[in-house]
Amino acid sequence: MVDVDLSLVNWSRAQFAMTAMYHWIFVPLTLGLSFLCAMFESIYVRTGNEKWKAITRFWMTLFGINFAIGVATGIILEFEFGTNWSNYSWMVGDIFGAPLAVEGIFAFFLEATFFAVMFFGWDRVSKGFHLFSTWMVAIGSNLSALWILVANAWMQYPVGMAFNPETARFEMENFWAVLFSPVAISKFTHATSSGFVLASLFVVAISSWYLLKGRHVEMAKKSIIVASVFGLLGSVYVAFTGDEAAFENAQHQPMKLAAYEGLYKGENNAGLVALGMINSAKKPGDSQHPFLFEVKVPGLLSLLANRESGSFVPGIDDLVYGNKEQKIMGVAEKMKIGQKAVADLAAFKQARKEKNDVVAAEALTRFTANKEYLGYGYLSTPEEAVPPVSTAFYSFHIMVVLGTFFPVLFIAFLFFTLKGSIRQQRWLLPLGVLSFFLGHVAGQMGWAVAEVGRQPWAIQGLMPVKVATTNLAVGHVQATFFMFLGVFTLLLIAEIKIMTKQISIGPEGV
Amino acid sequence: MIANLEYATLQQIWWILCSVVGSLFLFLTFVQGGNTLLWQVAKNDVESSLVINSLGRKWELTFTTLVLFGGALFAAFPKFYATSFGGAYWVWMLILFTFILQAVSYEYRKKPDNFLGAKVYESFLLINGTVGILLIGAAVGTFFTGSNFTLNLYNQVTWTNPLRGLEAAFSLFNLSLGLFLVFNARVLGGMYLLNNIDFSAMDDFQGRLRKAVLINFLCALPFLLYVLVSLLMMKGFSVDAAGVVSMVANKYLLNLLAMPLVLGLLLVGLVLVIVAVLITAFKGSTKGIWLAGLGTVLVGLSVFFLAGFNNTPFYPSKADLQSSLTIVNASSSRYTLTAMTYVALGIPFVLAYIAYVWSKMDAKKLAAHEVMDHEAY
Repeated sequence: MVDVDLSLVNWSRAQFAMTAMYHWIFVPLTLGLSFLCAMFESIYVRTGNEKWKAITRFWMTLFGINFAIGVATGIILEFEFGTNWSNYSWMVGDIFGAPLAVEGIFAFFLEATFFAVMFFGWDRVSKGFHLFSTWMVAIGSNLSALWILVANAWMQYPVGMAFNPETARFEMENFWAVLFSPVAISKFTHATSSGFVLASLFVVAISSWYLLKGRHVEMAKKSIIVASVFGLLGSVYVAFTGDEAAFENAQHQPMKLAAYEGLYKGENNAGLVALGMINSAKKPGDSQHPFLFEVKVPGLLSLLANRESGSFVPGIDDLVYGNKEQKIMGVAEKMKIGQKAVADLAAFKQARKEKNDVVAAEALTRFTANKEYLGYGYLSTPEEAVPPVSTAFYSFHIMVVLGTFFPVLFIAFLFFTLKGSIRQQRWLLPLGVLSFFLGHVAGQMGWAVAEVGRQPWAIQGLMPVKVATTNLAVGHVQATFFMFLGVFTLLLIAEIKIMTKQISIGPEGV
Repeated sequence: MIANLEYATLQQIWWILCSVVGSLFLFLTFVQGGNTLLWQVAKNDVESSLVINSLGRKWELTFTTLVLFGGALFAAFPKFYATSFGGAYWVWMLILFTFILQAVSYEYRKKPDNFLGAKVYESFLLINGTVGILLIGAAVGTFFTGSNFTLNLYNQVTWTNPLRGLEAAFSLFNLSLGLFLVFNARVLGGMYLLNNIDFSAMDDFQGRLRKAVLINFLCALPFLLYVLVSLLMMKGFSVDAAGVVSMVANKYLLNLLAMPLVLGLLLVGLVLVIVAVLITAFKGSTKGIWLAGLGTVLVGLSVFFLAGFNNTPFYPSKADLQSSLTIVNASSSRYTLTAMTYVALGIPFVLAYIAYVWSKMDAKKLAAHEVMDHEAY
């Protein structure tokens, strides 16, 4: 394998994280707002009330502004797998490429084709066909999320494949196992429903602003009712799917769970940290307390992780250094096996090149015995297997706190709007405006939990990020990092200015 | 039936499918070509808005086809995806950069308080239609002229030229192919606009578009001729039954002679484009886009087939011939190609609904009054 330049790895990581985080500013809004537009339009078609048409067209305008920049930031992500992670692309292209191609064929074209009808078809197609097109855009957008999340889930929990030493890559053996992996299902449902919540918060926020200003009152109230119901259902679903995601983490990525709970010493009947401050001086294996202070709910982590109260939840130290009592193999031991696998693979490849079949067969036999821990062979120290604990911990807990707050907010908005006193709730309306930004914070934190918590792995247990990069001079990546940072920031400013202007103009006639 | 297909057959099917997607993308570059005509054919705000709005209703299809092209190559030929995108870093990054600029430009151009101003967004469209297409042409040109990479035992790429792919644009052949695509896109763009816009009381505008189609075709011709003649004369990359790659004189001429169907596709495609230009420029036809579009697809198919079939490495390496990629050594596993072939059965359905929606939306020509409201681009 090639030598690794860590600064290249970190710049490549930074570039991908930056594009993903920009993309994730816009995508959840697209996922949820597309459905909200379809709901508004369905009410219009059902009632024939022109005010609902005006409401639909207003939210559709904002959807379009957001959609364009979501598309712009999305294309670079697809191709960055190749440009910046070419070793990874080759190693997993046989598996990862298929969901991406399916996404292109079925989801993107659905979106792209009906998008034009949704925006420009009002006077060109029938009411029914227009409504159908709006629903198709919503379904297409969310299907796009399905396939990319299937691919992402595979990185977290690689299933349905085998390593082929002849080609030095992972090859797919079961498409359905990849598609219906429990991690893929929980990831898709959790990510899309978080998009529904964010879009609902967007509608609530803008409507709250109108109510504070005393403008477009009828439109704001109607929008709040639809968005609050959708957001409430979405946030309840987010909670259920989040619980499922944590359970899957415990089963397949216990280090991630331990990191975002700040759990160093595994224990029976482990408590869930409700509130806490990480001790940043704490290192794996030392005797320092992991928290400066913490408030725990006794036993809840065991229940969350294993669906069994009182059960054992391994901590970072158990996973890094092993725990014989719990039959957990430490990273050091896995590294030794992995290093043998790496050496045997090299011997096999060299023997193949030299056409020495006997040596190749022997190397292959040894490799096959050790390949389960191939990825660990690339780690430098056992502690490298630990993701950044503080980032994972705070991201997770901020996300959870906000995720608990949103359903309460939706209930309050729904209650006061139905009661007819929403305009008098001067404390609630500013909170409604603020909630959209909190929704973004929760979404970004969610991605940080998923992706920072996955470190150091590109593919869990099989391929560390540091061997996944393209062999590039770091200057190239630095240049493109700043190029994309510059253009995305410019476009974000433009988007915010256009969006706020459209909001200040408001809908027509309602 | 699909499950019983030979591995080699699946590899060929997927090269054909990728070629179809790539060729459809070349047709759909009428969007990019049309963008670049803006300054040449539109003389007032209404005409500019008609051009932008007409193309703005199709840009997503071009964009999505490009994304699908990348996705299909990733799925079917991951070694190409890893080698080319990772190796020729800058050429792909710049292409993508121009498409990022394009994606927001329609939506933001006329919106109030758009931060950069309409002219900047229009210049983004120009950059996409010129630099973006030129670089795509240069990248496709390397299918014939080769690239500067080596692969190690683990198929990890090392690029041997510090320009990381941009060197492709300094080859006369690649540059000519790129410029041909730029002018061809402009020809297609002009024809599309003629087909899509209601020119009532705008005869001058229509006349300028017809003239632009002819002029851009004439500009494309020398580059096309240079590419064709070079292709027939040049040494090409060939792979034998043992997988050993070597240089063979007149390889692509030999490929054409060995594959008469490909020769036919090329000739019919070229004739269709020429006929389309003639009926557009001299007969007042608005149907040229369909003939030229089909012609472009056929020419595109012949180019991709010429590069990948008849024992030809489609992504050859100048730096190390034996690192060259063929549809055999660069493909996904048999299982993945089989699964993907089942998925591809849905393509006709996708094409059918695209055609249906296109015809429904374009049943009525785009009129000036439709592009003046605040929701228009």
